[in-house]
Amino acid sequence: MATGIYAKGKEYKSEVPPTWCAGCGDYGLLNAFMNSLADQQINVNNTALISGIGCSSRFPFFIKAYGFHGVHGRALTIASGVKLANPELEVVAFGGDGDGFAIGGGHVPHMCRKNMDMTYIVMDNSIYGLTKGQMSPTTTPGMKTSTTPYGAPDNPINPLAFVLTYGATFVAQAFSGNPKQMRGLITQAMKHRGFSYINVISPCPTFNKQDTFDSYKEMFEDLPEDHDTSDKPGAIAKALDRTSGKLYSGVYYEDKETPTFLDRIAEQRKTAGAFDFQKILDIYRP
Amino acid sequence: MGHKSDLCIRIGGEGGEGIISSGDILAQAAAKAGLEVLTFKTFPAEIRGGYAMYQIRMSSEKILSEGDGFQVLVVFNKEALDNNINKLKAGNVLIWDGPEGGDINELPEVPEGVIVYNLPMSKLAKVDLGVYRSKNMVCMGALSELFNIPVDRLKEIINNRFGKKGQDIVDLNYKALQLGIDYVKENHQGISNPYNVVAQEQNKDVIIMSGNDAVGLGALMAGCNFFACYPITPATEIAYWVAKHLVKKGGTVVQTEDEISSIGAVVGASFAGAKAMTGTSGPGLSLMTEILGLGVMVEAPLVICDVQRGGPSTGLPTKHEQSDLFLACYGGHGDFPRIVLSAENVADCVDLTIHAFNLAEHYQTPVILLTDGSLGFRTETFEAPDINKVKVVNRKMYNPDTDGEFLRYKFTEDNISPTAIPGMEGCAHMQTGLEHNEKGSPNYGPVFHTKNTEKRFNKIANAEDFFESSHSDIEEGATVGVVTWGSTQGSVREAVQQAREAGVKVSAFYPKLVWPFPMKAFNEFLKTVDKILVPEVNYQGQLAEIIKTKEIGKEIIKYNIYGGLPFEPQEIAKKIKEVQ
Repeated sequence: MATGIYAKGKEYKSEVPPTWCAGCGDYGLLNAFMNSLADQQINVNNTALISGIGCSSRFPFFIKAYGFHGVHGRALTIASGVKLANPELEVVAFGGDGDGFAIGGGHVPHMCRKNMDMTYIVMDNSIYGLTKGQMSPTTTPGMKTSTTPYGAPDNPINPLAFVLTYGATFVAQAFSGNPKQMRGLITQAMKHRGFSYINVISPCPTFNKQDTFDSYKEMFEDLPEDHDTSDKPGAIAKALDRTSGKLYSGVYYEDKETPTFLDRIAEQRKTAGAFDFQKILDIYRP
Repeated sequence: MGHKSDLCIRIGGEGGEGIISSGDILAQAAAKAGLEVLTFKTFPAEIRGGYAMYQIRMSSEKILSEGDGFQVLVVFNKEALDNNINKLKAGNVLIWDGPEGGDINELPEVPEGVIVYNLPMSKLAKVDLGVYRSKNMVCMGALSELFNIPVDRLKEIINNRFGKKGQDIVDLNYKALQLGIDYVKENHQGISNPYNVVAQEQNKDVIIMSGNDAVGLGALMAGCNFFACYPITPATEIAYWVAKHLVKKGGTVVQTEDEISSIGAVVGASFAGAKAMTGTSGPGLSLMTEILGLGVMVEAPLVICDVQRGGPSTGLPTKHEQSDLFLACYGGHGDFPRIVLSAENVADCVDLTIHAFNLAEHYQTPVILLTDGSLGFRTETFEAPDINKVKVVNRKMYNPDTDGEFLRYKFTEDNISPTAIPGMEGCAHMQTGLEHNEKGSPNYGPVFHTKNTEKRFNKIANAEDFFESSHSDIEEGATVGVVTWGSTQGSVREAVQQAREAGVKVSAFYPKLVWPFPMKAFNEFLKTVDKILVPEVNYQGQLAEIIKTKEIGKEIIKYNIYGGLPFEPQEIAKKIKEVQ
């Protein structure tokens, strides 16, 4: 086995101990992610894990791969630069609901519509954990948080519908309480060519007492077997469906046809012509 | 000035009526005739309407700046006349659109000694030719006849420019040229003028290009292979250039959703091993400052070119100002240094972009190159650079045989840590915007924050020794030393010439590196003068204020203008005389 590839998930674990609270949903993702790396036989030397700021953005520290922990909200911008500079790399971006959909929300649509070749995993706990419990873009209206002592006045965004609408070509939802399913979804997302998004419902036991493992367990259900992953309006409808009181995990949508950003620029490069320095200067010779 | 070896023609009119293209053609014709050329353009921020101006200075000698106004004024409309009439001096030539067809019905009184030619270019184009938009070509024809600009050269350029659109279009332009020529021949034989474009023998391989294009060219020559951009006036032409040419050399150019994303992508690309750059203007640089600090923290080699414009806020998008020096040198939260360069002229835009990449790679840190709107837009002739003679510096990479254990932020004697990029075996590591230990793991203890802060400052402290970072022009016996930065350096060089011709002794210091300021060279310079004069196109005297912090023990005289236009050399020459 080549250096940097490991047989077992736990061998991908770095020596840095996770900084998360006991009972944090992010542990579930960490284990599932490492197992998926082993399943895929990923080489850590060719892998770059990029994150922003927040509890979940510490994720890359805990894996043996190359990692970059940037500034709040900008993980996707940095990740896109990494991938474009070296398309051979496996690039996965991580963040939370605040990092991804509040401060960084302006970048998500563009990575989706560019169909940027990478995987983006958001650990959604509907709260700001690292800064101790403020309202996030997915907080349920009316929920009391440290910045909304009388209840959250904002309507939440729907991350799945959001990325589906803007053109992500692989969209899935996972639940920290179901690491086995998550492991498979991660593998599928990373194998997908183009922009893959996984929304991981990852409860925060410390600052969000309303959305708990137990409450989610009640709500979570696999997407029905007859769910058509090539039907975007259907996927959006499922993402928006709140009438049943259910949340669905699984692959909402997958589009293998739309060219990725790298595909498109590789095609265009062929039309740019060969590099000839003197020919360029000729344009400027009087 | 005003002798025939140094001629400056200013064309003014409404934006969108062909001022820019006629200026381009005239500049190219002069360059083809072997002359040195430097152009200067101002135009409104809107696509159509408003006053646009294109000035072409041509000379048998190297041109240092936009100069002291024009000798020939061509006005396409009344607004252009009104804007410039008070600048006309005896001996100047005025060419105006009239007396019929245009919007100048009657020419107001002009100063005595101004040589006036009427040229009803609107009427000739609209009525005689039937194509109003050819007005500028009618004008070109008249100019070629009046100042002996080789008409063959003009035709050659027209053919090159419009040939693709078909012979009809080429012929139409030729016809318009001829109308202008004929009008002058028939009506103005009796009025002579002293200006004559004398073709020169040109034995150098010369190119004529803009400052923005030159930044692109420099990037390509330096080995830039990643460029991220967000459109912004007056910097967007850099993106046009690299989008067209960098990809031929295998580079990647991406337009992002905002400047934050551009600089984020640049940091990411640098992390992945690319030579990465973005081009922007002040508003964009403001947005980038948080990630600029990240770039310094993770020690990412990268280049930002800020083509400055008037500010604050949206300010004066198409006008000249050098007011981002504080932002470039100090912008961002926290306590961190960066390298800042400033370009004097178009050739400098090539050279300093190359130096910017080399400095970034060597010191593993962001480098900001400051140019400005007038430099970005202006075109200039200069000797074609040779890509084979460029010295390209690459970041110091980790070598397992000599460097021991890989530590991304290892403390070393020169404060530069051998680095590794994703893909390298056995070097997987974390980079973080958090303060960190040598390995890159978060560490907020006093030891690492102290040592790393010092490392970040100390590693670039001697950047002035890395390249020819300044130029001292010392005249024995001079009491005044002029110091400035950016394109104002060109105006100062010309002012210094003027002052010396008038018998005034003056020295000058031209820093290419403005942060960290090249103090070794500057201290040597200061030994030769009693006081320094710092002309800058900003209100605060930003360089002067930075120099003040160096406690140089000499009087510092600020000289500031802030009207959206560059200095005229004569203004600075006058000031030199005043303060000496």
